[in-house]
Amino acid sequence: MALGFFSRLKDGLSRSTQKLTESIGSVLTKRTLDEEALADLEDALVAADLGTDVATRIIEAFRSTRFGTEVTDEDIRTALAEEIAAILQPVAVPLVIDRSLKPHVILVVGVNGTGKTTTIGKLAQSYAEQGLHTILVAGDTFRAAAVEQLQVWGKRTGAPVVSGGPGADSAGLAFDALSRARAERADVLLVDTAGRLHNKSVLMEELSKVIRVMRKQDPAVPHSVLLVLDATTGQNALQQVNVFKEMVDVTGLVVTKLDGSARGGIVVALAQEFGLPVHAVGVGEQASDLRAFDPMDYARGLVGAA
Amino acid sequence: MFENLSGKFAGVFDRLRSRGALNEDDVTDALREVRLALLDADVALPVVKDFIASVRARAVGQEVLDSVSPGQQVVKIVNDVMIEQLGGAGAVPVNLNAPSPIPILMVGLQGSGKTTTSGKLALRFAQRLRKKVLLASLDTQRPAAQLQLAQLAEQAGVPSLPIIPGQTPLEIAARAMDTARREVFDIVILDTAGRLSIDQALMDEVREIRAATDPVETLLVVDAMTGQDAVNTARAFNEAVGVTGIVMTRMDGDARGGAALSMRAITGAPIKLVGMGEKIDALEEFHPERVAGRILGMGDVVGLVEKAAETIDQEEAEKLARKMAKGRFDLEDYASQLKQINKMGSLSSIIGMLPGAGKLQAQLAAAGKTDIDQTVLKRQAAIIGSMTVKERRTPDIIKASRKKRIATGSGTSVQDVNRLLKQFEDMSHMMKRMNKLGQKGLMRQGLAALLPGNRRQF
Repeated sequence: MALGFFSRLKDGLSRSTQKLTESIGSVLTKRTLDEEALADLEDALVAADLGTDVATRIIEAFRSTRFGTEVTDEDIRTALAEEIAAILQPVAVPLVIDRSLKPHVILVVGVNGTGKTTTIGKLAQSYAEQGLHTILVAGDTFRAAAVEQLQVWGKRTGAPVVSGGPGADSAGLAFDALSRARAERADVLLVDTAGRLHNKSVLMEELSKVIRVMRKQDPAVPHSVLLVLDATTGQNALQQVNVFKEMVDVTGLVVTKLDGSARGGIVVALAQEFGLPVHAVGVGEQASDLRAFDPMDYARGLVGAA
Repeated sequence: MFENLSGKFAGVFDRLRSRGALNEDDVTDALREVRLALLDADVALPVVKDFIASVRARAVGQEVLDSVSPGQQVVKIVNDVMIEQLGGAGAVPVNLNAPSPIPILMVGLQGSGKTTTSGKLALRFAQRLRKKVLLASLDTQRPAAQLQLAQLAEQAGVPSLPIIPGQTPLEIAARAMDTARREVFDIVILDTAGRLSIDQALMDEVREIRAATDPVETLLVVDAMTGQDAVNTARAFNEAVGVTGIVMTRMDGDARGGAALSMRAITGAPIKLVGMGEKIDALEEFHPERVAGRILGMGDVVGLVEKAAETIDQEEAEKLARKMAKGRFDLEDYASQLKQINKMGSLSSIIGMLPGAGKLQAQLAAAGKTDIDQTVLKRQAAIIGSMTVKERRTPDIIKASRKKRIATGSGTSVQDVNRLLKQFEDMSHMMKRMNKLGQKGLMRQGLAALLPGNRRQF
């Protein structure tokens, strides 16, 4: 996120709406923070996927403290970043593996194409580096070659992969993997699941079944349910989190693909709406590209503050 | 949210009823609502601004017709502009006007659904157009991506290019085209790795692939849930490879799909296809007039009718309609209706297609029910299955002892049986109201006209 948010935005909008760019450009020089400037800032936040509600709220807070004051570009950026970081601070909670659980069971869920399997690969890598005995469960028995994809990660990280044939029952698979992990006294059991749209009730029901079946062995599992969210997702992310939370008691989020252009603002909206912990963010395709979520870094990146 | 734009407009324009033409101030008020609604539907900000400007230009000064309210008139203008900007009425087919083998290049961000769409596209060409299609994966980035396409090819019953580990995407593309020429394929679908618009190295790579294969279509695959970033993605890909068409995936989700409007506005390329599910045949043509309604929260009636037509047994439906018209609707018909609904898929997705049903969906969401439980339908079918023919035809004879027998037979409780009977009664009432309203009334007021104020959801 080297390139500032404002300059990215400026680039992005230059062709289609010259006027907007100009007005934001004028926010950047020293000027009075008046209604027009505030409206421009609000637009900038909306264009970063914060959503109209959250953008309005942040700007309102801004208005009450700084309206009419002379400000510089840097003042605005720093202040905005602080405002946003304050919303995010409470949700920046890392996922800590409880080594006494043997295994700490982590169920990974999400809609299609958000990066569940890649996230599991990255987590497995990080746990391997910490010397934790990790077992992976190829619970996506639906998508073509999903099992093979996880097996590649298993090989890379040295974690055994429990898998069944295509179309195998993922609940049964998870159950068997859990018995194995308990027998081997593994530290972590990472359960992959097929991507599913949250409005498909039958598929969501299937997910609850995976949990139900695993609980026959141990009512405390899964200890963590991670919802993997694509940072390019717009306002529909709110609905996604809402439904998954309802159906499978999501305990935390992993936000992937935070390595692109101006985006990921939906995280702010989610923090405000649900307050679910953001355990990690994915910033690239390499195993080491899963990072702890740093609110101030993120907020500064979002608004392009130095 | 945007659920009933028409409703909000009605408020804004109520005071306008007596005046002659739409004036600037009134339009500005209404357009503020439109702006928020579009942003909530994930239409990108610069695109929203252009959109609003177009609507304003067309709305101001327009005579208000006697037959409609000013609010309705603005809704119509908004809808018209939306359809236009989405590409006008009707679908645009994939361009296949080129000597074979015709290369089609699939590009997009990670996880947008390129590989699945490639498989669906291959099946479509093979089945509907009887073309000989070759699938080739140039994705050397993601583990097992090439294998995924090979497996999809198998499902679609089309050949895929044999995988040779270690080849670069450019080498694979060349090999695919060679193979296609030698083995006389009609179409070659080149599936590329997902890439970020700001990843210069990978964008250069896809540019080289395009230069080497000279595809007739370069399809940008976009997730319907995409937010404001749609603008950046569209522009970057369009500048790098010249997008000729767009495929919106996951349109079977409940996202409003505002990205469609952004994509179209930025690239100027038509949206050609939409992904409607995980199954390999779930690829449909894009109809701007339907998606307009969806983005605006006005329902997709045509889509509903089509879906119904596809799944519902025509004869059965006609029989039912005749009975309804005569007001003779019994539990047997109810059971067959349940079966049909089951075939159509999730109830809430059906409700989402109905105009005026936005409120209903919101109510369901508020009640913590994001979808109506399908098992209820199964249970109801079981209850009716445990009735005698006579009971089904004349439900009035079902009293306490029959109820007890039916409950035992269907593994339910007497309360369940009661609930079903009550619902059946409600439904019969609804039928009568529907007959009274007639088709016109139904079109005008939508489903809301049928729903009693506070009907409890089962």
